[in-house]
Amino acid sequence: MNTQSVAVADMDAPAPEPLAPSRQLVYRHTLPIRIMHWINVIALSLMFFSGLQIFNAHPNLYWGNRSDKGKELLSLAAHRDPAGNLVGTTRFGHHEFNTTGVLGVSKDGDGTPTVRGFPSWLTVPGPGWLAMGRRWHFFFAWVFVLNGLCYVGYSLARRHLQRDLWPTGADWRGIGRSIIDHVRFQHPHGTEALRYNILQRLAYLTVIFVFGVGIVLMGLAMSPRMDSVLSPLVEAVGGRQSARTIHFIIAWAFVAFVLIHVFEVLISGVFNQLRGMITGYYGIDPGSIDTDNIDTSEKDAGEIATAGIRPEKVDAGSIDGAAPDETAATEERPHD
Amino acid sequence: MTDRRSFLRMAIMGTAGLVVAGCDRISQSNWGTRVLGSAEGLNRRVQALLAPSSAMAKEYSEADISSVFHPNGTTMPGTPVYQALMANQFRDYKLQVNGMVDRPAMLSIDDLKRLDTRTQITRHDCVEGWSAIGKWQGTLLSAVLDHVGVDPQARFVVFHCFDEMDMGTPYYESVDLGEARHPQTLLAFGLNDKPLPVANGAPLRLRVGRQLGYKQAKYLSRIELVKSFNAIGDGKGGYWEDQGYEWYAGI
Repeated sequence: MNTQSVAVADMDAPAPEPLAPSRQLVYRHTLPIRIMHWINVIALSLMFFSGLQIFNAHPNLYWGNRSDKGKELLSLAAHRDPAGNLVGTTRFGHHEFNTTGVLGVSKDGDGTPTVRGFPSWLTVPGPGWLAMGRRWHFFFAWVFVLNGLCYVGYSLARRHLQRDLWPTGADWRGIGRSIIDHVRFQHPHGTEALRYNILQRLAYLTVIFVFGVGIVLMGLAMSPRMDSVLSPLVEAVGGRQSARTIHFIIAWAFVAFVLIHVFEVLISGVFNQLRGMITGYYGIDPGSIDTDNIDTSEKDAGEIATAGIRPEKVDAGSIDGAAPDETAATEERPHD
Repeated sequence: MTDRRSFLRMAIMGTAGLVVAGCDRISQSNWGTRVLGSAEGLNRRVQALLAPSSAMAKEYSEADISSVFHPNGTTMPGTPVYQALMANQFRDYKLQVNGMVDRPAMLSIDDLKRLDTRTQITRHDCVEGWSAIGKWQGTLLSAVLDHVGVDPQARFVVFHCFDEMDMGTPYYESVDLGEARHPQTLLAFGLNDKPLPVANGAPLRLRVGRQLGYKQAKYLSRIELVKSFNAIGDGKGGYWEDQGYEWYAGI
């Protein structure tokens, strides 16, 4: 029984029309998940860009509770060279780099070199404007937090977290295989593609519960009012400036996740993946799951960018580890 | 495939450009500022729930004190009144307390020292992001309020300052009576066991333990009890508030 893959399908959905005889559309992402995903895209992006605007007001990071001069861990600064030109520098510990044009000094809207940590094309608003950056940041912080709480609540209630994200024993045993597949940019096809692999599961769980929770807590740890009750947490991470540094690091960890996430979407069939997250319907190639070798000859090469043939047998056991969802019987299931 | 890819690339670049331009237009608009600023009320209410009004800011040890307490904003008020007071080491200084009070008063630093005082080592968090720790000696603002007697109709304490910002606009700030009566809200006359230096706001400045640096008004000349601060400055309750910063500076 290869039911895990179908477990994500929503039974209330109308039966989809197949695209082509060889492909079948499966209702993969429910409407609330899709809405919350795109709200999160907007909130996270605007918080990142407005966060860099806020960072620019004091483009230095420290550890501990104080911002002592000379103790910066990271510093984006500017000075004038003997010819009078502005030079932007990035100092990381004891190493200093000339980053003129991007960090420390970059061109403003008129093309004039300006002293600013991150460049205007990475900040919201573009010009240096701390008060407005804070408004964007705190508004979308609420969007991010409320959206995140709705996501976790919905995912727990619908068992999306437990079923699709929590790794099974079989997932853990298949981690080596999954790493090799990822390194080779190979992606599962057929119904197996509907099921999150172990690295996806770990990535999503880390992003939600470590990055998401962590960045909000570190943000709150910077609030002087919240520190009247959160000071044990603040001191546990080293102090308010440590919290600010961790907040900054997690923001960039989110960027790293997004880059990998978008890269994986691009190489695993970008239009199919986008359709999945916009309409809910994700195209799979039926008949592939139980074959010994996945035959790529029928596939639309445009949909499966890697076009890699998995040389190994599809190990049915590895996707049978968890209890099947008894309610998931449906005509959408290509084999059962 | 190539068509799809170039289409995608153009779509992404175009979207990014529109988003950047759109964000800047929203930032310039009145409605955008208002909608985005709606988070301030939410922050204030939710933080009041999560961190009750009685909750105390963490107090640090002597070892935690910053070797240099970075002075920000004005470091030397240029007004003749202030210069004259400074020339005489602030011996003629008197804090005026008026507005909706029963007994308006003029209080010297010595008068203030005779009211309830407190010493606290607390962290100062600037809206820009940096922090410094200092040891503050001052009179409880609540003691001053009790000394003059507050009209029950009064809601805010406004702090008028000697220093002038851009275009001669005087610095001012305000807090509500709840914050004003918090035990860590001081009118500070001492920093690190010395009289408050000029750069840090001599002879008297406000310390609010649980709000950002711009609330900690320096160079206090007058305290006014009001029902509303709409008629003061641009009506937002403080110099930086009039420039678009939040009146509630708890985050």
